[in-house]
Amino acid sequence: MKERTYYRIARDKIFISTVVLLCAISIVPLLLILYYIAINGISAINWEFLFNLPAPVGEEGGGVSNAIIGTLMLVVIASIMAVPIGILTGIYLSENKDSRFAGMIRSTVEVIMGVPSIILGIIAYAWVVLPMRQFSALAGGVALAIMMLPVIIRSTEETLNLIPNELKEASLALGVPYYRTMIKVILPVGLSGIITGILLGVARIAGETAPLLFTAFGNQFMNLNIFKPVNSLPLMIYYYATSPYEQWHVDAWGASFLLAIFVLGLNFITKLVARR
Amino acid sequence: MTNKKDEKKGSRYERNESIFQWILIVSSIILLLILIGIFVTLPLNSMDSIKEFGLRFVISTDWSPQKELFGALPFIVGTLLTSFIALLFSIPFALSIALFLGEYFTHGIISTILKSAVELLAGIPSIIYGFWGIFVLVPVIRMLQIKLGIAPYGVGIFTSAVILTIMIIPYSASIGREVIQLVPNDYKEAAYSMGATRFEVIRQVILPIARSGVLAGIILSLGRALGETMAVTMLIGNVNKLPDFSVAVPEGFSLFSFNSYVTLFDNILKGFLDGVFSPSNTMASIIANEFTETTTDLQLSSIVEIGLVLFIMTLIINLIGRYIIKKTSVM
Amino acid sequence: MNKTILKTENLCAYFTDEKVLKDVNIQFERNKVTAIMGPSGCGKTTLIRTINRMHELVPGARITGRIILEEDNIATLHPILVRRRIGMVFQRPNPFPTMSIFENVIAGYKLNGIHLPKDEMNQTVEEALKGAALWDEVKDVLHRKGTFLSGGQQQRLCIARALAMRPPVILLDEPTSALDPKATSSIEELIVELKDTVTILIVTHNTAQAARVSDFTAFMYLGELIEFGTTQKMFTVPDHKKTEEYLTGKFG
Repeated sequence: MKERTYYRIARDKIFISTVVLLCAISIVPLLLILYYIAINGISAINWEFLFNLPAPVGEEGGGVSNAIIGTLMLVVIASIMAVPIGILTGIYLSENKDSRFAGMIRSTVEVIMGVPSIILGIIAYAWVVLPMRQFSALAGGVALAIMMLPVIIRSTEETLNLIPNELKEASLALGVPYYRTMIKVILPVGLSGIITGILLGVARIAGETAPLLFTAFGNQFMNLNIFKPVNSLPLMIYYYATSPYEQWHVDAWGASFLLAIFVLGLNFITKLVARR
Repeated sequence: MTNKKDEKKGSRYERNESIFQWILIVSSIILLLILIGIFVTLPLNSMDSIKEFGLRFVISTDWSPQKELFGALPFIVGTLLTSFIALLFSIPFALSIALFLGEYFTHGIISTILKSAVELLAGIPSIIYGFWGIFVLVPVIRMLQIKLGIAPYGVGIFTSAVILTIMIIPYSASIGREVIQLVPNDYKEAAYSMGATRFEVIRQVILPIARSGVLAGIILSLGRALGETMAVTMLIGNVNKLPDFSVAVPEGFSLFSFNSYVTLFDNILKGFLDGVFSPSNTMASIIANEFTETTTDLQLSSIVEIGLVLFIMTLIINLIGRYIIKKTSVM
Repeated sequence: MNKTILKTENLCAYFTDEKVLKDVNIQFERNKVTAIMGPSGCGKTTLIRTINRMHELVPGARITGRIILEEDNIATLHPILVRRRIGMVFQRPNPFPTMSIFENVIAGYKLNGIHLPKDEMNQTVEEALKGAALWDEVKDVLHRKGTFLSGGQQQRLCIARALAMRPPVILLDEPTSALDPKATSSIEELIVELKDTVTILIVTHNTAQAARVSDFTAFMYLGELIEFGTTQKMFTVPDHKKTEEYLTGKFG
């Protein structure tokens, strides 16, 4: 009986050691990735890198300025489309918990969330690029907006669900119409949660490449016209990383560093906002 | 004492209320339209290919733009292989993290560190995984391949599977953690009070109860793996053929010679390794590579049809995963 | 002026198929405090929520019968207009968390887009806060958020918020059940003072409270009005056996 107990205790200890070990191993890739990005990326960053346009192969002083601007453009275009629709749909879902239509919309949102991003690129290609006969920032924005919607909808709905019903009742009992109650009382209370959702949405789409491959397409030059192709950091990393040129690899590390800081920084800010 | 002014105000409010409700509903309908649009656009744009190849499309291994023959099998196999291998590899890690955060260390600084690390892992863009993979993972795999005596491509199914593993761990880990944390304390305490060790409580109480949720998490992370594009594209080698698992029959094989069996086993192993490490393509990666380089309408239509197949596959997997979650309704 | 400011006639309330109020006929007297009491589920909260048409927030809720406020059948008015003439204070204090104390008091106007000139606004806020016996405590911190106040102060803020609209009737739905005894007694004092300016209907499950603050009492049981009369009479020589049993603690 004693031996059996010793065996059981030993097995217990071995198990937790294995669990801890596997957890530690899981973190190793993260550390390696951050390490390589930091080491290789920081050295590539300088004023020229940030403010110059890409240079042809062999020339010095190439930069990623158009990619930075392009990424910002795409984020803004996507947000303009996704934020209003996302918040409104989130309000609808939160206010209609039981209706069958709301349940259908909820399922729709979840399905859209699971669609691979490259498929959304195909969709945006068919809906925007084909009719326009041209790659464009707008097309990229459409694909990214579809990716952003479920994130915003879900966090808006969850935020509003957390708001106690009494607040709504207090406002209605004062004779305030329903729509004003939602806009002037409930939304302000849920504002930080909704903003968190938007930031998370931005973090999700800022690093996306696949849907941009045949929508925004990329551009060597600076372009502020939303109806023309535009460069973006992830696209640039892809094209440079898969090229055979050493200088471009260095630039890709720099671009990765910028992208990583932006995306991970956003995630970090989100945590801070959520705490409030 | 109702007066005209009150009546006017009343109807103005009615109107504004309706407008507001309408805006909310229209907004929600837009979501529906988007989904319907996806369902319609994909088949519409792959019509040429569907009409030309029919069902043979998913079984055929041809992919030749010149001959205008297209088949999706190599990519379907590539996708399934990379995803399932990644799934298999990820389970022990995801489960460990789920147990660590959901049972052993639910609070405290260690828990925060691991939780943040996992969230960071989930937040790293796919392109960065791919890029890092090219310059850090591929040389390592190459060394491994040399050691194993197979062709040192560096890229291939195995490499992609490794990067996929890292990428999908956070998904099943977080769902698993939630489900494990939700197991009611009463059951655990009952087991402890009977003298069970922690491992025994986990194995005999927690995991059975959390089983469906953990399973759902695994299935959902499979869905994620199937659709992953950039990291896989950069690490899979871009060869439009089925992975080569062929086993060479040793010369002069004799049923009675022990050496023959040794050689045969060796060859089987080599065949397996060759296959697992062979360069290939997935559905997502062929779309990424060839979409902008198609020469004919039929080719583009075939690419879109691959997208359709991928869409249906991920849809089914996700529906199954969500169905399991709903059935257990732990969440 | 008519002594009765508010009355219900054959009021029945239904939640989908369930009948929760059965033929309630009450006449509430102007500038008096009327308590509505009874065991849980007797319909007292439902009753006051039908008065300011808050029951309409629940899908499937409807009433038959009439409710008359100062000669108007409230069913003919828009619910919003009804609610502006009837104030409500809830069980748990619920000041709007994103607004300052000042903004909370004036919320009834602000949220409705009614623009008052600055002087009038300040005056309204001061009057309301004085009416709620909160002015001295918050007059220097009007622009801070209301959430740092104690439970009793928050509830008085909610009362001020209702008073600012100058309604003829205020409904109190168990206003002290979430408060400590000290806060409770200060609210009760306030109620007795307020009746000079407003008519008060108070729902309470605390019979002692009803005895302390009210002039009239209604006793309800299972959706029916069992007895209605002066508090004095109800608590000493009630007509109905049920009333007596409830008051002596036999049930509820």
